Amino acid sequence: MAEVEETLKRIQGQKGVQGIIIVNAEGIPIKTTLDNSSTVQYAGLIHQLVMKARTTVRDIDPQNDLTFLRVRSKKNEIMIAPDKDYFLIVIQNPSD
Amino acid sequence: MGAGGLNTKGRHTQLGSGYLSCTSAFSGSPQPQPCHPNDILPLTLTSATQELFGCRCDEDVTGDNPYKILRKEDIVQDMRMRAAVSDFSPMKQLVLDYPEDELLLVYDRDFIYGSSFYLVLTADAKERHLKPVVALGVEVALEREPSEVFAAQKTSEPQPWISLGSEQEIEEESVTDSRPRLKYRISRVRREFGAPIFFSDRNAMETKDGFIECTPYQDKNFSLKQMERHTGVQTIPNLKSSSTQTQWTYPRSMCTQYEPREFSEEKKENCLQSEKLKNFVNSVASRFEIAIQQNEIMDVFFDDWKALSEEDSGYGRKADPHLKEYQSFTDLHFSKEKTISNINWHPTINGVIAVAVTERLSFEDRINGSTKLLLNPSLILFWSFSDPINPQLLLECPDDVFSFEFCPSDPNIIVGGCMNGQVVLWDISTHVEQLQGTRTSGGKNIAANTNALNETPVVRYCAVSGIENGHKAPITDIQWLPGTFEVSRMGVPMENKNGICVQIVTCAPDCCVMFWDIRAPRVLQTMADQRKQKVEEKPLENPHGVPNTFKHLDLTWKPLIRVSLPKIDTSGEYSPLKISLRDNTCDNHTGSNAGEYLPSLFLRKTRLQLVLSTTFCPQDGELVYTDWKLEKDNDSGRLFSAKPSHRFIIHDGQVNTVRRSPFFKDIILTVGGWTFAIWKEGVTNGPIIQSSCSQKKCTVGYWSQSRPAVLFIGKEDGNIDVWDLLEKTHEPSQTQNITATQITCIKPWIVSSKQHLLAVSDHLGTLHILEIPWTLRSPSSNEKLSMSKYFEKEVDRLVYFEKRREMRAKEKKDYEAEELRKKTPPVVQVLPLKKMREACNFHHRYT
Repeated sequence: MAEVEETLKRIQGQKGVQGIIIVNAEGIPIKTTLDNSSTVQYAGLIHQLVMKARTTVRDIDPQNDLTFLRVRSKKNEIMIAPDKDYFLIVIQNPSD
Repeated sequence: MGAGGLNTKGRHTQLGSGYLSCTSAFSGSPQPQPCHPNDILPLTLTSATQELFGCRCDEDVTGDNPYKILRKEDIVQDMRMRAAVSDFSPMKQLVLDYPEDELLLVYDRDFIYGSSFYLVLTADAKERHLKPVVALGVEVALEREPSEVFAAQKTSEPQPWISLGSEQEIEEESVTDSRPRLKYRISRVRREFGAPIFFSDRNAMETKDGFIECTPYQDKNFSLKQMERHTGVQTIPNLKSSSTQTQWTYPRSMCTQYEPREFSEEKKENCLQSEKLKNFVNSVASRFEIAIQQNEIMDVFFDDWKALSEEDSGYGRKADPHLKEYQSFTDLHFSKEKTISNINWHPTINGVIAVAVTERLSFEDRINGSTKLLLNPSLILFWSFSDPINPQLLLECPDDVFSFEFCPSDPNIIVGGCMNGQVVLWDISTHVEQLQGTRTSGGKNIAANTNALNETPVVRYCAVSGIENGHKAPITDIQWLPGTFEVSRMGVPMENKNGICVQIVTCAPDCCVMFWDIRAPRVLQTMADQRKQKVEEKPLENPHGVPNTFKHLDLTWKPLIRVSLPKIDTSGEYSPLKISLRDNTCDNHTGSNAGEYLPSLFLRKTRLQLVLSTTFCPQDGELVYTDWKLEKDNDSGRLFSAKPSHRFIIHDGQVNTVRRSPFFKDIILTVGGWTFAIWKEGVTNGPIIQSSCSQKKCTVGYWSQSRPAVLFIGKEDGNIDVWDLLEKTHEPSQTQNITATQITCIKPWIVSSKQHLLAVSDHLGTLHILEIPWTLRSPSSNEKLSMSKYFEKEVDRLVYFEKRREMRAKEKKDYEAEELRKKTPPVVQVLPLKKMREACNFHHRYT
């Protein structure tokens, strides 16, 4: 538990990071540093996106799998690392 | 007995109606047909007969002359003599029947009728033969066969009618008497004529045959069964009509409500504790760190090329960094001997600017010349770019106005603060079209304007506060509270849901800050007042042509709240000269954030006598910062303001400008004395930037509207200093002289992206409009970012210096304590030496 906290703090402490969310495989947020409404919104939307991206990669090559997804927008960048049971979402503002 | 023949060549005639078809071709070929008309008789004459009668063939009668007249008597005699041998014997009877004496014998040369001669039997035919031949001879020579046929038909003669049985029908149809008509004669006894008549009834049934009955019977005609019928039949496609019943669904409003699935706290804890999560996070963290650091190192999507081009374009246009004079306005009539105290651009109408004109007199002069002042009314002039000579509108004020403002939500309402402490409201909605019109028409209306020289419209104020209710000193600053919040009677800021500005804050050196509300006071009105007011309202008209907008306030206007700020250290109160409010309201109108609003009034004051209302002698300028709210005094139950939190004395003279930056809400510029300073809210150590003392006094300052790093400072010698804080901070980046006297007010304005104007007024009453060049109006790339970084740096510097100061103070104390201890006789010799050395080191290190 402490290890997890420490790692998350380290990521959070990087420059420009606005928030971190840990979401389980069904899209239910487990841990977050943002407020509740944003968390729920991010979790729901990104979960769908990750599922879509993953099926895309696997359809092209069944041996392949999605490791990292970065969505760059005008205002910030959303980074998602999926796993079997969970995925971690980090929102960063790179120009800050 | 010879037979007569007929020479038909060229002479063919049709004879009679009973003619059998015997037309022969005109070519003259002989017809072998034995048919002949009834009235001629072909016969053959022997040569003896021919000699006897003188009609020998080809001697007496020839083709040209085939006709021979024979005497009947001769023929009869011949027949008697030769009886059966005579050629004429077969026609004996016909000859005897012949009516005339002479018969015609025609030589039939071509054997048309089968014999060489023929005898004409009737007198008519004879005539026809002899005579028509002559007539026809001419015609036939001209015409051909068909016309001869028609000509022949016309001349046909009527024949006796031959009955074909039609008279029987006519006889049947005609009505004739079949029997002779019956005649009846009826007589009566004379005496019975005219006698009264007696009628009696008689039953018809009694006597036999009393009536004749026509009994009905079934007519067999109508019970006939029609065995055959004549109808038409047509085939059509097979049609089938059927119907079904559908279930009609009608729309119904429904709603669903959903909420996202969430874990409960324990579940979350469980998950967090699980081993899986730990492994996951460990494996994933490295990827993230790489990605995040990548972003930090370099922004991959940053377009360097575009960024480069911005600076390049700056070079080309660096030609003229000076402020160019665009226009200047002086009115000889109204602003003679006067100075301009305040300028305001009209928020919506382009090219219209308003200036407040005040007398250029000191206090004693005012008192001495007060009677003259009464004759000269104080005015606010409206200038328009289209007409530099005549002002467009004049607003009449009860006294000199030192500050006035357009209402941000309704530019037709103007509020001004007068020298006598009154707050004045104007409503110029009736003259707005004129103001707008002058802008657009421009040159066309010059003629009209010269006529209207005497008629520059004057607008009287439509509401003024009561003299006893207002300030006791000239109102030096007046501002509209932003339209999103308002202050209640208790001094609690609330959200103003209308979005219209309704409240004004004024301050004057009479130690008062007042909040005014331009709405009709509802709470105070009792029923009697309301009725009275209603009665009064009806006959109210516009006495001076003033709209009734604020009639409810006129002469009875009271401030909503009267605030006096007590001094921090000493007793007494501050006399504010300028106010700056922070607009902390949130943009979203959820309304829930109103509670966390804190108005912070940044006041500055002059530290002078408290009874200051009349003089303006400049001494020190003090800045007072407070998070203001009204508190209730527990003892007396009155409301009073809490003491302000901070005060600063920085400037050497009166602080005449307190302005917030349009780009940073917590950066404030203050100008006073010979310096200006920039403050940041929350940093209470002092100004983050303070300029060096300039040669001349700074009279007014303003931020640039488009560049975060630029500010304009007006001086008392008529110069304008343009400071670019990113370029250099020890001196202004450029200085420009505008006029010869002191500058009283500066206001920039953005007309369009290509034109930025700066309105500068001076002490002589002239308004100069300057155009800001491109270098001063277009921000460099990331200017705001650079400025904010610069401010942060300055804040850090201040904080550092503060820390250093504290530390040095502490050090100094320690050192002094040390020195003191040194003076007392030492217990151990070694120690003081050491300590002294330490003290020396200390001293060296920290000086």
